Amino acid sequence: MKGIVGRKLGMTRVFDPESGVVTPVTVIEAAPCPVVQVKTADADGYDAVQIAYDEAAERKVTKPELGHLKKNNVSGAYRHLLELRGQSELIVGENVTVEVFEPGEKVKVSGIAHGKGFAGTIKRHRFHRGPTSHGSHNIRKPGSIGASATPSRVFKGMKMAGRMGGKRVTQTGLVVHEVRPDENLLLVKGAVPGPKNGFVEVREASR
Amino acid sequence: MSKVIETLERAQLRDDIPQFKAGDTVRVHFKVIEGQRQRIQVFEGIVIKRQGAGARETFTVRKQSFGVGVERTFPLHTPKIEKIEVAAVGDVNRAKLYYLRGKVGKKARIRELRQDVVRAPKGAEPAEVAETQDDSAETPADPAE
Repeated sequence: MKGIVGRKLGMTRVFDPESGVVTPVTVIEAAPCPVVQVKTADADGYDAVQIAYDEAAERKVTKPELGHLKKNNVSGAYRHLLELRGQSELIVGENVTVEVFEPGEKVKVSGIAHGKGFAGTIKRHRFHRGPTSHGSHNIRKPGSIGASATPSRVFKGMKMAGRMGGKRVTQTGLVVHEVRPDENLLLVKGAVPGPKNGFVEVREASR
Repeated sequence: MSKVIETLERAQLRDDIPQFKAGDTVRVHFKVIEGQRQRIQVFEGIVIKRQGAGARETFTVRKQSFGVGVERTFPLHTPKIEKIEVAAVGDVNRAKLYYLRGKVGKKARIRELRQDVVRAPKGAEPAEVAETQDDSAETPADPAE
């Protein structure tokens, strides 16, 4: 599987100079990610490529991770590692750049979604609301959460209010609109999860 | 906004857009592609709003077509616009002229800004020509009156 990690910079619109078609795009800046380790089925039990991202000062990287990078002769310190499953022709020390993708390619993008705090059932689970008038007191209430004597308890996994967002979300069905290797930019059509400056993983679509 | 996005948008901006604001009457020459051939369609009306910034800026033009109000929103920097002509400069007190939607006929008109009248800056002593303007638009700063 090919992929790269970058930072979401925000959204804008792009005009097609010929037809004038407007495309809403998310701009992702993905600096070259060095390959740290190539895992093979024989040695590690599965095939994968490990890439490093988020270059930082050496003091900001944990010592075990620094040691892992040093062992594989990676210059510079990186705060995070990402594994891309599947066989690959990449070798250790090579850099993964935005050029792995080309315009029109289908991708999926993962990121940590905006935290939305303690959210009710309407926002969190897309429940409908009750009537707002005629003496109704059931406007945003969750409704019944179960029966009485049988089963005498609330089933596990019942959809209720609670913490929403702040979790990893993968948005599928996205398309690469433009690749700018000089500026390390990927323009993906549509919105991707997470806040501005949040990390996003761009991987090729599985189907 | 991120510097990268700013430069990305700046590269797309057109420099041949005339200056206009809400209340102005404009003629938008819009390219329409019909199958193989391409022709220019002119949409003339009053600008009722401009919104957004950078490459995302759009403006909405309203006109009366056979007694029916028609509004059309264009991206300001789209390459599909051949040119924009400013036919008249309107004298309005709002940035968004949504109130025109509820008006028909004579009430839906907009007073034209007289080009020979120089608007006095706020707080300054109004010039003599400025007094010919509607007094609701500008209050004379002279307290004696």
